[in-house]
Amino acid sequence: MKIKEIVNIIDGKVITGNCFQEQEISKGFASDLMSDVLTIDSEEIVLITGLANLQAIRTAEMSDIACIIFARNKKVTPEMIELAKENNMVIIECPSSVFKTAGELYKAGIQPLF
Amino acid sequence: MMHFEFDIEGGDFTRAGFASSQLKRALKQLVGNHKVTKRIVVALYEAEVNVVAHAYKGKVIADIDTERITILVTDEGPGIEDIELAMQSGYSTASEQVREMGFGAGMGLMNMKNNTDKLEINSEVGKGTDVKLVCYLK
Repeated sequence: MKIKEIVNIIDGKVITGNCFQEQEISKGFASDLMSDVLTIDSEEIVLITGLANLQAIRTAEMSDIACIIFARNKKVTPEMIELAKENNMVIIECPSSVFKTAGELYKAGIQPLF
Repeated sequence: MMHFEFDIEGGDFTRAGFASSQLKRALKQLVGNHKVTKRIVVALYEAEVNVVAHAYKGKVIADIDTERITILVTDEGPGIEDIELAMQSGYSTASEQVREMGFGAGMGLMNMKNNTDKLEINSEVGKGTDVKLVCYLK
């Protein structure tokens, strides 16, 4: 599924990375614990989190995750946007809970990691 | 042979991961999208977060040659009293602030171990901790 389809499904708002929305995503992972995210060894992943700080972006950078959804209406900061831009990431804000966001994407065919 | 050094400031969470980020960029140039790149930067990132979370200041010294990547993360800080206990999954002495950053669940050392070919930890209570991370390029 393309990132732009994900944005539609969750009624999200793209904060940065508009031009990378054609990228394919096949799997999803939801966590507020970055050490858990760092154990992921997979590709084409979207991260759903409620942890809106710089470490979420850093963690995605280290884990080669190109798309992050900040759920629960969390707002990203200018520093986060800057770092996301440097790493060609797509950052999406979404008003729904992590549970609902993950549920909608699962229903649409995004696969879990385990 | 490449050599990098970075300083880490204890408590400065905005900079945690800077050294890992720089190393990642350098490794992408040097070895391309090798699996080892992700492994070593994940290990270094966890080590950096540990220094920021627990120590006063630290240093990352990375050496890359054709065979291996060797990184020494050395800090001045409280040290680790019982390394075996600290290695146990789920054990953590992290503050509330560290947990709010998305860490402090007692997984860091395990993540370092799983992402390196060799992990050595030496610590002196009241002085500081040395963590050596090695990945082979194979």
